[in-house]
Parts: sequence; C-alpha cells; structure tokens
Amino acid sequence: MAQPIVQMKGISKSFVGNKVLNEVDFEVLPGEVHALLGENGAGKSTLMKILTGIHSRDEGEIYVKGEAVEFNNPKESEKAGIAVIHQELNIIPYLTVMENMFLGRELKYGKTGVTNTKKMKQLTNDYLLQLGIDLDPLALAGNLSVGQQQMVEIAKAISVDAEMIVMDEPTAALTDREIEGLFEVIERLREQEVGIVYISHRMEEIYRICDRVSILRDGEYIGTRETKTVEYEEIIQMLVGRELGTLYPERDAEIGDVKMKVDGLTSDAFQDINFDLREGEILGVAGLMGAGRSEIMQSLFGYRTIESGSISIEGKPVNIKKPTDAIDAGIGFVTEDRKEQGLVLSMSVKENLSLPNLKGVSNQTILSDKSEKGLVDDLVKRLNVKMAGQNQEVRMLSGGNQQKVVIGKWLGINPKILILDEPTRGVDVGAKKEIYHIMNELTKQGVSIVMISSELPEVLGMSDRILVIHEGRIGAELKREDATQEKIMYAATGGE
Amino acid sequence: MKNQSVGQILQKIGPLLGLIVIMTGLSIMSPQFLSLDNLLTMLRQVTIVGLLAFGMTFVILTGGIDLSVGSTLALAGALTAGMMASGLDPILAVLLGVLAGAGLGAFNGLVISKGKVAPFIATLATMTMFRGLSLVYTEGRPVTGFTDSQFFDLIGRGYLFGIPIPVIIMFVIFFILLFILKKTVFGRHVYALGGNEEASILSGIKVNRVKIGVYSLTGALSALAGIILTSRLGSASPNAGFTYELDAIAAVVLGGTSLSGGRGWIFGTLIGALIIGVLNNGLNLLGVSSNYQQIVKGAVILLAVLLDRQKS
Repeated sequence: MAQPIVQMKGISKSFVGNKVLNEVDFEVLPGEVHALLGENGAGKSTLMKILTGIHSRDEGEIYVKGEAVEFNNPKESEKAGIAVIHQELNIIPYLTVMENMFLGRELKYGKTGVTNTKKMKQLTNDYLLQLGIDLDPLALAGNLSVGQQQMVEIAKAISVDAEMIVMDEPTAALTDREIEGLFEVIERLREQEVGIVYISHRMEEIYRICDRVSILRDGEYIGTRETKTVEYEEIIQMLVGRELGTLYPERDAEIGDVKMKVDGLTSDAFQDINFDLREGEILGVAGLMGAGRSEIMQSLFGYRTIESGSISIEGKPVNIKKPTDAIDAGIGFVTEDRKEQGLVLSMSVKENLSLPNLKGVSNQTILSDKSEKGLVDDLVKRLNVKMAGQNQEVRMLSGGNQQKVVIGKWLGINPKILILDEPTRGVDVGAKKEIYHIMNELTKQGVSIVMISSELPEVLGMSDRILVIHEGRIGAELKREDATQEKIMYAATGGE
Repeated sequence: MKNQSVGQILQKIGPLLGLIVIMTGLSIMSPQFLSLDNLLTMLRQVTIVGLLAFGMTFVILTGGIDLSVGSTLALAGALTAGMMASGLDPILAVLLGVLAGAGLGAFNGLVISKGKVAPFIATLATMTMFRGLSLVYTEGRPVTGFTDSQFFDLIGRGYLFGIPIPVIIMFVIFFILLFILKKTVFGRHVYALGGNEEASILSGIKVNRVKIGVYSLTGALSALAGIILTSRLGSASPNAGFTYELDAIAAVVLGGTSLSGGRGWIFGTLIGALIIGVLNNGLNLLGVSSNYQQIVKGAVILLAVLLDRQKS
C-alpha cells in the first residue's frame, strides 16, 4: 500500500468541556477519493479544521507523507500541500480567472511591481488544460457559473502544488451538467495522484466517485469501508447508529378532491403549466436544475410575476400578486435556500416560527406573549425541533433543525397547500426521515403538498404523482406506481 | 434573557458600563457634574439628539439610514413657528408640525421602498432638499416673536415636579417606542426586515409599508425635536439641527445597534445619547474648548466600536 499523503491518528478535541472528537483516525492515499461522511454535528468540519490548522487538537498525531506535522494556521497546511475548496468559494468576481489564480502571488518582472501578465496567462492556461477545463484565463470570474468558479479554485490548488484537496459539499450548488464536469476533473486529479477528501450527503455521488468512505458519528470514528463492497444499508446504519428502518413512511393519506387547479401558467421562465393538486396528495416535481421548477412555485406564491394563466383553490379563482395573497389563500412556501430566503438568522427560533403568524398571536397590533408561546410550543413539539430553548438564535441550530423551523413557520398558518422546494437539502439522514414523517402526517390532515426535489429516490419515495419539468414545460406526468428513475431522467432531459 | 452567552450579555451592558465609567471620571474631575441642577440641564440637552436617535434606531434596525433628520428638524420647526406667526392655534400648529415631519419622512420612505433608492442616497438628497426648503421658507432668517402662548413655551422650557418638560417628553416617547419594538407586530416586522428582507417578504410581511412606517416615525420625531428646540430658543432657525444626524447615528452605534440591521435595542440608544450628552456637558464644565471636544467625542465613538469588535 502506498504511503498516505495525510494520516490522522487518535485525534481528540473538546470545546468548553464538550468532546466533539474522540480518538478519530483518518487517512488519505495518493490518487484516492475518500468520502468523509457524518450527520450534521458529527465532527467532519472540526476534523478538517484541525487538519488545516484552524483549530488545535487536544490529542493525537498528524503525519504528512510519514512525517509528524504541527500546523498552527491554514497557511502552514497549505504549504504542506493541503488545499480546501470551501462551499463558499473564495473567488473575487471583479477579477479575471488569471488574476484570481495568482491572487497574492502575482508574477512580476524582476523586483519591479509590474505584473508579468503574459507568463501568468500562459501558466493559467496550462493548469486549466491539465485538468481539462475549457475556460478563458482573461474571463471575468463574476461572469462564470458557480461550477466554473469552483474549477478555477481547483486549478488554483493544483497551481500551488496541492497534493491533497478537501472538497466540502462541492456539488451542493452545481447543476447536473456541472457535476459531470467536476467528476471529470476529479478523475484527472486522481490520475495525477492527488488525494481528495470528499464531504457530501449525497450517497449516489459517494458510490460513484469515491474509493473509500469513513464515517463519523457524534465525534466518534465509526469505521472505513470500500465503496465497492459496502452496502447502502450498512453505511446508513453506521451513520445513525441504529436501524433506521425504511426512510420513507408508508403513504397512507386519503387523497380527496381537487384542491388547487393551475391553468396555462406562463412567464419568462416557463410556459403553459397545467396541473391539479388534490387534497392530501404529495405531488413531486422533478427536473434538471434550471428547468424552471422553482420559478413556477415562486409564481404560485406571488413572488414572481406571471404573464398569463390562472389559479383556483377549492373551485374559486384566486388572484395572487404578492406573497401575502398566497398566504391569505392558505399557501405556505418552504423555499429552497433556507438561509437566504427562509430564516431571519439574527432572530430566535420563536420569532422565526411566529413570523408569518403574527396576526394570529396578536390583536392585529399588539403581540400576546402567551398566545405566541402557545403557538411556538405546539410547533416545536410537532416538529421535534432540538434546541436549547425558544429564545435561542436560529442560526445556532443544525441544518436539519433549521429546516424544521422553516417548515414550522408555515404549519402555524394551517395551510391548505404547502409548497416545499428541496425540503431535505443539506439535512442529515435522521432529520430527513423526520421531515418525511411530518409531510405524511400533514397530508393525513388534508394538507396538499407540492414537493420539488432533485433527489430522485426522494421523489419516488414520497410522491403520489410526479410532474417532470423540462425547459419550462411539463415534460411528463407519472403515477407513483409507473415511475422509475429512468423514466424521470428521460423526461427531464427532453425524451418524449 | 435566557440562553444568552456571557459575551452577549457583556455586549448589552457594555454601553451602560461605559456611561458609568465616563460619569465617574467626570464627577471626580468636576465636583459640579453630579449636582441635580447640572444633571437635569444635561438631560434637557440630550432630548434633541435623543429623539432623533430613537427614530434613527428604527431606521437602522431595518438596515437603512436617515441623513435628513437634522434638516427635517429645522423645516418642521420653522413651519410650526410660521403657522403660529400667521395666527394658528399653537396646539394645532404643533400637531401639524409633527404631521409635516411625518410627511417628510413618508416621502423618504416612498423613495426608498417604491423607488428602490438606497437609503443613504435618498436621504442625502432629501437632507439637502429639506434644508433648502427651510431656507426658502424662512428667507434665510430665524423666525422669532411668533407666539406668546404659554403652552408653546412650556414644551421647551417648562418644568413638571422640577423636571424639565422636554426630558419628560423624551422618556414618555422612549417607553412608547420600547413598547412598539418589543410588543407589537410592527416592531417585530422592523427586526425581521433588517435581519433578512427576502425572508420577510416571503413570510408575508409588507416590507414597503414597514419602511414607509419607520421613516415617517423618524420624521415625526425629528419634527418634535425641532418644535422643542424652537420653543426653548424662542426662535426657529433654518440652520437648526445642522449635522445632528451624525450625533444621532453615533448614539445608535454607541448603544450597540448594528448598522447592518436586524440587531439592536432602543435602550442602548438612550445610553448612547446620554454618553454623548454627558461628554458635551462634562467637557464644557471642565472648560475644554469645543475644538478639542470634537476630538474627544470622535475618539470615544471609535473606542466604543473597537471594544465591540473585541467582544465579538
């Protein structure tokens, strides 16, 4: 076996008496893609921060190519050949690809302050070519897609001779096509004997490109497996530490009459959208990123304008021009991006949960502490939100619990229709299961749900009926029993 | 106040500690400082900037800023004086003056919300406009001798149980605003809007109304400050309140409210205004020239913000 690029042994770490890592082992071999898996709060980030010198460790050793090392800051780990591609990219939009690549280490003519643009351009081109990336070194970074910006960061890591690259949820913001591009680049990196730590919640990606997977749970090292041989169920069990049972609940809600009818909805992002939504039904909406799914839902909620089309609820036409109209009509909308659109991060759990419901917990003007607390107590209980208390700032919660708060906001208005846009994105498996359970419970109470999802297993597992959107139009409508991943992908990519 | 870390608590009481330190220092250096007479005078001086800063707190909590408060103060003061000079009942004139201030503020709010102009730019423009309007209206001269109404004199110069009326007005307004921020739907909307505008819209908050509301409130409070000043001086100068917007912003910042919106409290602003007032008053008592006073005031603001950074 080749010598590992990085080997971490018996790493322990406590924050104010709270043990977040307990004797964790982790290693990455040259040319290996090694997945680091764990629920939110399992210690993945802390482990990587210790590796890159952001946090110090309490116990354990770190070896880089067999030599014990001590990193006090990220600069030192970078020098040793460890690069990190963060979820939030470090790209300056007003600079070119080349300028971003050489930021802070610009090549100059001798000792003058004059930059050697010619040489930098040549080198940038070389690095991009080496990874098979087709980009103009002089393109403005701000004009690139997120996927392309990520490529620039990877190329930058290679240009400083990184031998190991940590990728933190690299596909979270990418379109399907960009993900393919990223995987190609990862293949090239593998050929060049670069080691990769791949942090992701997406199982199908891990199976596809990772060689091994290491699992952390509650700060404990659970084990490492070869992806070739390990079963999905085993990984899940290692992750959650118990038999999770089936992820998706038995859909046992009774489906009733048509609740909402959407007729000929058209805007600049989609055309002629027609569909019915029945009482107690979960309507899955699949499609590629950028197909117009979120735009359709934002229009239903009055957050985008439509050119033509009509919506009726319970047989009565409704005119939805702004979100308040939708809320008055009984529609709740759990947005795709919970930090940007779903939550007010500076506010408490309580204040977030009651935000769309302030009319209900006041006499229209003055808030009633008692009824607000009553509402929030009820929601927190129904959703099983784990928190220190109602007054805790919502930004301190884990992703899964934040998502429960976003859903809870809308349960308070007693919605007839709930639109969920990627309800389990960035949420760990345990919380996922809870969210599915909540969805099922809601439909039993007669709530109709529209669920956009890019995770096909989720679409297949939860939907009673599936709409597939392709380039702004409904490409196919599938019944639950007829639907397969292949049929959905076929329709989503434009097959008839 | 459950679930708060030591840092958060420090952040909250920091301004109060600062005020106590400054007051202790001044009382050692100048024996008159802690006399009841002087403290009441100081409080009366604080009322003008205090009222402006209260309004500014709402605006800054929504993530905005209002540079036009000083000009609104002057224009509303002049209008009120002018209305009384032309024979209008003083009580009615005061009400109309406050209403005019609210109208000027609503104009700011409209430009910012419906016109989608950045608050800094919008109120920079109206600051100049309102100042110009008050110069035009007064023909550049202070309005004087407009009334012998006892009611109007009391607003700026009167006492109740030995406490200056302006101070009483300021505290009554303070408690009303505190109630609005803590206990009303509008107050909650103010915090939500400043914390995340997009999430607020998607939660069904009519954010344009909230914006127009906070700027109107600030306009009304600026007008009230202008009326108090006019009553105290017995004259309404078109140049009144010049650069007061900066003192108001400083008071809000000293009180620990975040300029990026969503976080802050009005009690802090009261403390911030008191810090500025205490410094002005104390340095005067010590005979420090006004040129040096500016340096000290600026340094205190800088120090406060730097200390705030250390904590977080």
